[in-house]
Amino acid sequence: MSHTDDNKACAMHTAHVREAHARRVLLEMTVNGECIVEEVDPNMLLLHFLRDTLKLFGAKEACGEGECGACTIILNGKTVNSCLVLAIEAQGGDILTVEGLSKDGELSILQQEFIKEDALQCGFCTPGMLMSARSLLDRHPDPTDEEIKEGMGGNLCRCTGYQQIFDAIKRAAKREREELNRS
Amino acid sequence: MSQQDLKNFEYKCCRNYESDYKYVGKPYQRKDAIEKATGQAEYTFDMELPGMLYAKALHSPHARARIVSIDTSRAEALFGVKAVLTGEESDIVVGLYMQDKLAIAKGETRYQGEVVAAVTATTEAIAERAISLIEVEYEVLEPVRNVDEALEAKTLVHENIAEIKHVEGVFFPQPNTNIASLNKSRKGSLDDGFAEADVVVENEFSLPAVAHVPLETHVAIVQADPFTDKIKIWSSAQSPFALRQLMAVSFGINESDIEVHIPYVGGAFGGKAGIHLEPLLALLSKKSGGAPVKLRLTREQEFSFMPTRAGMRGRIKTGAKKDGSLTAIDIVYDWDSGAYADYGVNVGKTAVYGGLGPYEVDNAAIISNTIYTNKVFSTAYRGFGHLETMWTVERQMDILSQKLGIDPYEFRMKNMLKPGGHTMSGELMTESTGNPGECLTAVVKEIGWTGRKTDEEREREWKTGKVRGKGFAMLQKAPAMPPNTSSSVIMQMAGDGHVKVMIGAIDYGQGALTSIAQIAAQELDIPVEMVEVVRRTNTENNPYDWNTVASKFMFMGGNATIQASRKMVDTMKNIAAQVLHSAPEYLDHGDGYIFSKHRPDRRVSYKEMALGYMYPDGTSVGGPLISHGVCIADGLSNLDPETGEGHPALAWTFGAHAVELEVDVETGVIDIIKIASAFDLGQVISEQMVYSQIIGGVMQGVGSAILEGYKFSPDNVLLNPSFTDNKIPTIKDMPLEVVPIYIENKQKNGPFGARGVAEHPMISVPSAIGNALYDALGINYYHLPLTPENVALGIISGEKDIR
Repeated sequence: MSHTDDNKACAMHTAHVREAHARRVLLEMTVNGECIVEEVDPNMLLLHFLRDTLKLFGAKEACGEGECGACTIILNGKTVNSCLVLAIEAQGGDILTVEGLSKDGELSILQQEFIKEDALQCGFCTPGMLMSARSLLDRHPDPTDEEIKEGMGGNLCRCTGYQQIFDAIKRAAKREREELNRS
Repeated sequence: MSQQDLKNFEYKCCRNYESDYKYVGKPYQRKDAIEKATGQAEYTFDMELPGMLYAKALHSPHARARIVSIDTSRAEALFGVKAVLTGEESDIVVGLYMQDKLAIAKGETRYQGEVVAAVTATTEAIAERAISLIEVEYEVLEPVRNVDEALEAKTLVHENIAEIKHVEGVFFPQPNTNIASLNKSRKGSLDDGFAEADVVVENEFSLPAVAHVPLETHVAIVQADPFTDKIKIWSSAQSPFALRQLMAVSFGINESDIEVHIPYVGGAFGGKAGIHLEPLLALLSKKSGGAPVKLRLTREQEFSFMPTRAGMRGRIKTGAKKDGSLTAIDIVYDWDSGAYADYGVNVGKTAVYGGLGPYEVDNAAIISNTIYTNKVFSTAYRGFGHLETMWTVERQMDILSQKLGIDPYEFRMKNMLKPGGHTMSGELMTESTGNPGECLTAVVKEIGWTGRKTDEEREREWKTGKVRGKGFAMLQKAPAMPPNTSSSVIMQMAGDGHVKVMIGAIDYGQGALTSIAQIAAQELDIPVEMVEVVRRTNTENNPYDWNTVASKFMFMGGNATIQASRKMVDTMKNIAAQVLHSAPEYLDHGDGYIFSKHRPDRRVSYKEMALGYMYPDGTSVGGPLISHGVCIADGLSNLDPETGEGHPALAWTFGAHAVELEVDVETGVIDIIKIASAFDLGQVISEQMVYSQIIGGVMQGVGSAILEGYKFSPDNVLLNPSFTDNKIPTIKDMPLEVVPIYIENKQKNGPFGARGVAEHPMISVPSAIGNALYDALGINYYHLPLTPENVALGIISGEKDIR
């Protein structure tokens, strides 16, 4: 590359960055109970915002097209594939990721049961699995077998064979109901 | 075995399992579970390094083409691009058993997906844009589409097959053909065997290529110093030491110049053994001034660029007497290994000793051709060829029993390998080599087998729209590895008496961290909670291990851990003997103490000796407690090139699956009601890990059976490189019940008698499902996968054999 070419590339790039900067949007949201204010590109995906900007590496990208569920997070009480959602679509929203599941230094019941039932092996799908399971139990505190299969049907796991995940959710549901009755 | 014997036979189902040991055999929580359940576990995918650049590659859209020209000028001019690389700049050749692959294609591409150019840039988005600016002119050539075209040898995938460097005496490339290796084995006389037979059955079975689908796609970061030979690698890989060695060979540098670091690995299943993205990234890093360069594959690239399990065709001819005794088996396996040999060629070799099934037959021959075609290449995948060969053998055994009118259980038991018998390669079976018959008996009993359905029973059920069937299949597998394979561990005690074990293997979910801790705890007699196996294996600190593959680590790493533990106990006894004014032979160990056998109250705790024992006056003896253990494969040898005789098997793990299923006769949908899976694993080391391996492996087997498979266009372009079109099982495909059964006939040289059981749960699941499908429908299927479409088309055809 010649020096002139270099200057030309630099000038084009500067213009490009200026344009991109002008398009940036101020994004405000709550993530795991914390207030977040960041400037973002309007075309940035929510998954990449969580990982690259907020450095929350729990949510994974395993297909990038909404087929595997590894990037599942909870946005305003509903699960979303964060690889299919723009960060700005979560404007003003309330987000829960795997990092927000434990409270006051204690693992959530769901996490405890995933560990106890050995519902994870390589662990790469686990953050997404946990978020889908959280949302499932929020909607169905006493889920039927079919509701579990329906609720978890969008999350792929290649290691476990799902049985332990299924069992962990059942046990967590029971314990959460017991906890609720006690309080 | 009679029906009465079957009734009396007892076995241990998973959750009723009780171990005779204090720590070994018990279920323990996975050591890395908390990190993984909280999102803390760090994978290569998550890693960022200072000054890191991002790489992207341009992949050939054609199965076979000549690269006429590549114009990279527009990519180079893009701001933020640091380097653009094409094959013209490198002659680096990569290969495991055969040096047949360039790090980046040069002159010619051999499969759709092969890399023809690559870039590095400051962001992934710029790298992506740069790739789109590279212009390649191809001269598209006729591809070698499949094994039949390949065997015609009109076009050669590798013109230089005779010159390809390879492991001589183990692999046999055939000049002027597309056969990367022709391996064979034989015993007795096929002519005599078939002459003795009352019934001879000949069939062809096949199955397509299948992807491993680790949830974490292949990803690596490589930093290659342009001024020296130093290369640092962080990779989602199974085998740091094999990777180091293969890199050193490819780049002609010393192994000690290369560092390999493996953080958590998001699934592997054989697809991350060996070497993949690292050579390309080393070239890119050097060209980018030595910056660390990261490449993570998209799911589409994972399907189309990374190797698969090979498609396979098995042609089998079997002879038997009326009484059901086998007289001869003649098999030809043709493996569609795609453009390169990688581990595929070793899968092909393994088939000549593992591809007969656990049967005793005097006359047998196996030919195994690993064949080059213009497709994505093949490598190791859980089961290492045995799922494929058992699809051939165990469907054939079922069909043969149909022709003979003998119960398939009785038929298999009659021909089963037993102590005193010999495997295909001539290994003598003993009480120490495991009992395949017990595995079959257990699963057959578990599903309540009472014999095949009659035609009348089928007809009656057919009217309800859903038909049930039961079937079963045997399996066997030994680690496929060089005879000098070895493992080692280092054990150190901290000042508080806690123990750290360093291994050279990777825990990518199979549970090595947990089971090795249990073995060390058992030997040292301290709680499992006091033992940690060091995570994130790297070649800088951890001791050597050949590869984390082949279901061999529990056996070899386990033995090394026992040795290291015993050495540490011996060291402590020597120190304690001084302290107690005794002699080591009068001392014993237990519960964290070295104590006098005669007067146990005379004792010294491990903790007191951990960093050296200090007397009350301050004088000290001993020193930090550290020990090591090694294990090299015991008594293995290469196979005779003509007869296949030799000792390839460190441990044969035998097993069996039995299935009960229901088929919808309208839609062809198979619902799996129950799968019973039994393995003679010698001794359960970690019950929770074994249970999870079985449940997960069975499910992968179900995927191969009823869902998965690559589809190619007539131009050999992969048609289904996505989860939309290349599905793997979801929670909805879960069998209603899976029953793991542990058969424990100890292997005398295994750790506590144990054998490996990581791959085995996947093998023969398709065979058992195929056999159950025959019981349900009275139709024999010969090709996988048994998708609803394929099953329904078979039913509609009205044929009894869907060839």
